[in-house]
Formats: sequence, C-alpha cells, structure tokens
Amino acid sequence: MPHDHHDHDHDHGSELDDMTARVMALETLLTEKGIVQPAALDAIIETYETQVGPRRGAEVVARAWTDPDFRDWLEKDATAAIASMDYTGRQGEHMMAVFNTPERHNMVVCTLCSCYPWAVLGLPPVWYKSTPYRARAVREPRAVLAEFGVTLPEGQSVRVWDSTAEMRYLVVPMRPEGTEAMTREQLIDLVTRDSMIGTGLPLSPGASA
Amino acid sequence: MNGPHDIGGMHGFGPVDPGANAAPYHSGAEGWEERAMAITIAAGAGGHWTIDESRFARENRSPSEYHSLSYFQIWLAGLRSLLQTKGLVTSEEFATGHAGNTATTPAGRCLTAEDVPATLKRGGPVDRPPGDVRPALAPGDRVRTRNLQPRGHIRLPAYARDKEGWIVAVQGYHVFADTSAKGDRDTAHWLYTVGFRAGTLWGDAAEHPADEVTIDVWEPYLDRL
Repeated sequence: MPHDHHDHDHDHGSELDDMTARVMALETLLTEKGIVQPAALDAIIETYETQVGPRRGAEVVARAWTDPDFRDWLEKDATAAIASMDYTGRQGEHMMAVFNTPERHNMVVCTLCSCYPWAVLGLPPVWYKSTPYRARAVREPRAVLAEFGVTLPEGQSVRVWDSTAEMRYLVVPMRPEGTEAMTREQLIDLVTRDSMIGTGLPLSPGASA
Repeated sequence: MNGPHDIGGMHGFGPVDPGANAAPYHSGAEGWEERAMAITIAAGAGGHWTIDESRFARENRSPSEYHSLSYFQIWLAGLRSLLQTKGLVTSEEFATGHAGNTATTPAGRCLTAEDVPATLKRGGPVDRPPGDVRPALAPGDRVRTRNLQPRGHIRLPAYARDKEGWIVAVQGYHVFADTSAKGDRDTAHWLYTVGFRAGTLWGDAAEHPADEVTIDVWEPYLDRL
C-alpha cells in the first residue's frame, strides 16, 4: 500500500498537505451542519493521547501476576474484573483475557478491520492495522513473530485470536523469571504494549526504562 | 461480502516492519489522521448509524480503491458514504464545503466536549438479554462453519468458511453484525469463539499444523457436527 512504502512517485509532502486541507474542510462543513463540535474533537484526541493507553493494560497484567484472586476473576470474567479498575469504555465493552503458558503463546489480530482493546491498550499501532499484519498473523504467526524479534521455545504452540466480532482480547504474558522480589508498581514497567497483543514478551528485570 | 477487507491468509503484502509503524498514526500525518479519527468518533456518537453500518461503509468499495487508500483515508471515505446515505450531507454540500440548509442534527445528538469522557467510558455494549433463547452449542462441541457468501455484510472470514473446528467459548448473546449493518439494532444471536487447527485452514502450507486460530462467530454461521 502506498502509505507503507516510500516509493510512490508523487511528492509525499503535498499529499499530506492535501489531506490536511481535506480534513479541515470536512470539519468545517460538519461543524456548520451541527454534526460535530471542534471542542469535542479536541477532547477525544486528548483522551487517547494522555489518558487511555497501554499503561492501563500493564496495570491489569501486573495485578494478575501478583493477586491470585484477581487473576481468577480476570480469567472467568475479564470485562467485570477490568471494570473494577475503572478501565471500561469504547472498544473494551466485551473483554476476554488470554493467558500465555509454557505450552501456549497467544497472539491477537483483526483480519477484517482493526478491532483492538482500546479501553486497556489505547489506539492500535499502525502495524496492527496494516495489511501485512492482518493478512499474515493467521497464516504464519511464527514468521510474523520473528519480525518482532520473538522466537518461541520448542514445544510452545501458538493460538491466534482473530477478533471478528465485538470481543476484545488482552494477552496476559507469563511473569518473567527473576521478578519474585519486585513490587506490582515495578512489574507494570515490564509489561510492554506488544506483550499484551502477543507480538512481544515482557521486559526482563533491569531492562525497563 | 467477498470484499477487499477480507485478507486473512492473503499473500503479497510484504513485511510488517513494526519498528517503523509503532505509533497510532503515520509519521508526518499525525495531524490530519488524529483529526479524522476524532471526527469519525464524534459523528458516530450522534447515533445515526451502527458500528456495523460504519464497517460496511468502509469495506463496500472496489478492491483497487480500498487498497490504494491509507487506513484513515478509508475511515474518511466510509464516513462520507454514511453521511450521504443517511441524508445528513448532500453531494452539493460536499462540493461547496458549506451547509446548504439548516443543521441536520437535532440538539442533543451532537457530541459536546463535556460529554466526551462519559461517552467514551460508556462505549457501545452489544450484548442483549437472551430471554428464553439458550445457546445451542457448548464448549468442546465439534462444528463446521457454513459456506456463506452473501453480497451484504458478514463477519465470517473467507479463510474460515466451510471449515471444521470446535467451540472454545460461549461469549454471550450479541447483536448480529449481518443485520446490524442494515441498521437493525435489536436482532441478536449467541456468539461463540470457534477454534481451528492451522492444518485445517492452510493445508500443506500451514506453518505449524498444530497451531490454532480462533474466530468469533454467531450461531447462524455454524452447523454442529
């Protein structure tokens, strides 16, 4: 797709300027029509820039690692367990947590569009919405994982969850070894966004920023 | 619909390149892409269409068009289709860039900044009371997906049609995407997660035949084996 490569022959800058102008024109028209209000658009952008992001999911995962009762609740009813932490909302209305084990690695995709658990991970990265990821995650998950630098141990199978309806999936990675003495707050920093999509693994102790 | 969006398993798209594509917006395009995102959400909050109508509006276009547009360009194209189909904006207004008549949206249906936090927090749950309707299938049951190829909206991916699998989980009684895409907000069916062996889906080309793929599908997509 043209936006994924830099080999198209028209000027990249003018294409962006054109899109900026078109979106501004649409906003003007829809504001005149009473369909949108610019201040509401600012508030939506602000919400996903500063409030709703993968830190929420990391808090859920770190709690599951340290609180067995919460872990059980998350497994039985992820929607309610996550709602108890106040992380409800758009594109997180119906949640299922899937737990990695030594026998199974879980990975999430939406082959038909871009369904993603916004309420706990924020907006999806460009690669998640891209045609290469959508086309290949179901067919060759291990080759895709290799592009993320992930090689699974011998004997660990892969289950890919294609989000074709309104269920949204949160991968709960395995707690890294050597973290027994760490607090929940410290563990949160080990939980990367990609580890909760299943295209990455949590950081090792000492590796977090 | 055998549409351009249904690409699971398709070859030829190249590498994922996660390092260069780690942000929600394309580098250099953040400004208009985040604005397009917000306009789409705000217009959707007016309740003029269902989420399935918006997906169908994005996907119901020629493959050459779909695959030449970037992600948020597809969102904008879908939004434009919806606004015209629903009679909220005319083609003349799109051409001139200005409202040709009075506001189309009744007061209270236009999302205000004050309402944004509550609206995003509420989301749009699609589970409905099942009444007396019980799920016909239970975890572990063997099933085969139907060979459904309607012209309209459907959420059974082409790669998983007419394939044998098993019920992984019963997820709830959810609004049916196929009818919701026509504006019907009530019709619901039991939703299941169905698992397949990679070898079943991809045959000899499976990367690892014992790996698994799951999809979420409604009861009318399934036959019990």
